[in-house]
Amino acid sequence: MNPPVPSTLIERSLLAAAIDQAVACAHCGLPVPKALLEPRGASFCCHGCRTVYALIHAHGLDGYYLERERSGERGRPARTTARKYEELDDRDFAERRCLPLADGSASVELYLEGIHCSACVWLVESLPRVVPGVREARLNVGRSLLSVIWDPAAVRLSAVARALDQLGYAPHPAASERAQAERLRDRALLLRIGIAGFSAGNVMLMAFALYGGAFSGMQREFSALFRWASFGLALPSVLYCAAVFYRGALAALRTRAPHMDLPISIGIAAGFVWGALNTLRGTGEIYFDSLTTLIFLLLVGRFLQQRHQRRAASAAELAQALAPSIARVRVGDETREVEASGVRAGTLVVVAAGERIPVDGRIAAGSSSVDLSLLTGESTREDVALGDRVWAGTTNAAQELVVETEHSGAQTRVGRLVESIEAAQRERAPIVKLADRLASKFVVVVLALAALTLLVWWGAGADRAIEHAVALLVVTCPCALGMATPLSVSVALRRAAAGGLLFKGGEPLEALAGRGVIVFDKTGTLTDGTPRLESYAGPEDLLRLAAVVEQSSEHPLAKAIRRAAPAAGALRAEGLEVLGSRGLRGRVGTELVTIGSAALFDSLGLSAPEPIAAKLEEFGRRGLSTVLIARNHAVEAVAAFGDGLRPDARQTLESLAGLGHELLVLSGDDQRVVDRVCAGLPLRESSGGVSPEQKLARVRELVRGGKTVIMVGDGVNDAAAMSAATVGIAVHGGAEASLLAAHVFSTRPGVAPVLCAILGARKTLRVIRRGIAFSLAYNALGVTLALLGVLSPLLAAVLMPLSSLTVVGSALRSRAFREEAA
Amino acid sequence: MSVLFLIMPITLLISAAAVAAFVWATRSGQLDDLETPALRALHEERQRMEERHPS
Repeated sequence: MNPPVPSTLIERSLLAAAIDQAVACAHCGLPVPKALLEPRGASFCCHGCRTVYALIHAHGLDGYYLERERSGERGRPARTTARKYEELDDRDFAERRCLPLADGSASVELYLEGIHCSACVWLVESLPRVVPGVREARLNVGRSLLSVIWDPAAVRLSAVARALDQLGYAPHPAASERAQAERLRDRALLLRIGIAGFSAGNVMLMAFALYGGAFSGMQREFSALFRWASFGLALPSVLYCAAVFYRGALAALRTRAPHMDLPISIGIAAGFVWGALNTLRGTGEIYFDSLTTLIFLLLVGRFLQQRHQRRAASAAELAQALAPSIARVRVGDETREVEASGVRAGTLVVVAAGERIPVDGRIAAGSSSVDLSLLTGESTREDVALGDRVWAGTTNAAQELVVETEHSGAQTRVGRLVESIEAAQRERAPIVKLADRLASKFVVVVLALAALTLLVWWGAGADRAIEHAVALLVVTCPCALGMATPLSVSVALRRAAAGGLLFKGGEPLEALAGRGVIVFDKTGTLTDGTPRLESYAGPEDLLRLAAVVEQSSEHPLAKAIRRAAPAAGALRAEGLEVLGSRGLRGRVGTELVTIGSAALFDSLGLSAPEPIAAKLEEFGRRGLSTVLIARNHAVEAVAAFGDGLRPDARQTLESLAGLGHELLVLSGDDQRVVDRVCAGLPLRESSGGVSPEQKLARVRELVRGGKTVIMVGDGVNDAAAMSAATVGIAVHGGAEASLLAAHVFSTRPGVAPVLCAILGARKTLRVIRRGIAFSLAYNALGVTLALLGVLSPLLAAVLMPLSSLTVVGSALRSRAFREEAA
Repeated sequence: MSVLFLIMPITLLISAAAVAAFVWATRSGQLDDLETPALRALHEERQRMEERHPS
């Protein structure tokens, strides 16, 4: 049977086009820019959507569009990257992350970007139809975690990863042992919640009977039965389920770090001990109904919080993500595998095509091109030949190389980087949550009030006095206070993730909500890292001819020329000839066109005439890269390229400055380039030529000065500074290392997500404050009633869940990240 | 009313059995993912329908 074709969708978009001229993208449904309209068939808003649509179509997976329509979700523009994922084929990656199965296949877990609806589940789980050799793909929507079972003999893991990327779900390796640990942690807490719920529900039933009895009378034997039953039912809840709070409270006492667990534990302990005593004595109040409900609700809050927590990457994981751990060493005629970290300087290491280079060193034999994307986050390739330096962690893209080792292990550039990231993470002071900051004062106030109650009522008898003091401790047990933060944070992070902003936990929210210093990287962050034609001096037609000559070149400047002058259809270049390392010559019709750097033209013995030479110098001064173009051996034109600001950069930066943030740009690029790009932006400072170490030092200095520092970057060179900052944000398309080091990362291109994160965080914090205010008001009411001695356990049992409900409602109504991330 | 002395332990035993079932389900990983199975069920249903009535 043929899968259904999304004819409805295309028809509808054609219909829409007939009505208001706006054609919807066949993949995501957004309007298609006029320039990209196709006369027949489907039109697309961007290249990403076209790629995804073609892939979905080619494998008969058009059912995706039907699924999406039925799920009522809007489509999103697809984001594909050009990454090769070759590092996933490393043998040590397989050993560490992949689980071999009995039938020869293997399983691996990958985090996916961009999962947002049930149609995504369908599409991703159809992976076996897209990539032959994949046996099964199971997706966990909540965690965006995909478990793939594939046959390593039939297909490489990198091919699987590329297919996922092409579908718009860029994958990242997930440590399966960590995913397993998270699962076990979740299960343990779920068990506690289930048992606490069982206790709470049943104790509540007993409590109904007891409260009924209190009003209308009850035989002593029955009330004793219910009280003992309540006590028995509360035992597992108080002793087992609530143990997490006691542990937290003890830790807080030991480390003298304020924590919400302390007042919670005091309330539970006071209520339980007094209740147990009263059960034994057969008179007085028991508080088991309030306590068990409290424990249940608090555990639910904790569960929500835990589900969003992702541990920061460990140094070992970072190193693994960056460089292979096995090196093939050549000794005489023999090649053998050794630990990459133990390779001595001077040893020859063989790197096959497609493998990652395990050491820093110089090329001793062979020539190839090296893919630096893992280090820089930009997919550029560098040609290397005998004697050139290569770095551990980069990928040898073309031919076998023999590298003479200079540094290995921790001494490599990558190794030092991992060390500095680790050091930065170690030294960074944790953000203390607002609720936890309140906790220490809260404990003191509550204990003082309890003592006061005891004192005031002492005259009426010790029993009465203790009764009222315990009632106060139970009613002030900060249930709502403890739930306000996790709930609001949980709601916010969920929305943010759906909108393409992934937080690795709730802590960054509070820091993002304040005012501070925002440090931006330039290349790849404020700019998109691809050069554009900025200026051109020379005859217009020559640029078109140059575009024809550069038709099939993959060089970034060649692409920039092609974008600036869409080649005139039928023209073809003949007799193409590569000159030097970057030059190109070809014949178009009767004209011979030569393109290349000024240095190339010097070596050819061609010099630029005066007006062109002047322009060349001027462009150089402005920090642009230049290319000369000659027609029939006469230099006639100069083209200048620069890396422009992202379209959303200016507006985002202006808004951020308007919110009261100080903005800085620290770039590794030349100062002239930085000046040109940053001209007119509301920056306090823009510095060029800043090394990764200097970036780290600057960020540290700012943090030490007591400022909230937000570091926004994309490359490995930003990773250390990002982990040292109060909050590190990695923009879309960043290097794996920067994603690991960052606290927040965006799966949408551009810098606008930074603004979303800050606005969303402010709204979230407002909701948290509102929740805290509500619960404090309830507590004040409870304290007053307890001091007056009119607080009955029934009233406490009603007040407590009521306050929690208010907080829950207020958190769920939060609109944080609803508009921001849409 | 003294039947309560009999009924209460029985009901508690029954609910204890439910708790035991919950513990088993959690330990065996059935509650690891609370969202996806619900979504997946929709797809499978549709697939079966389409197989039965090929259009």
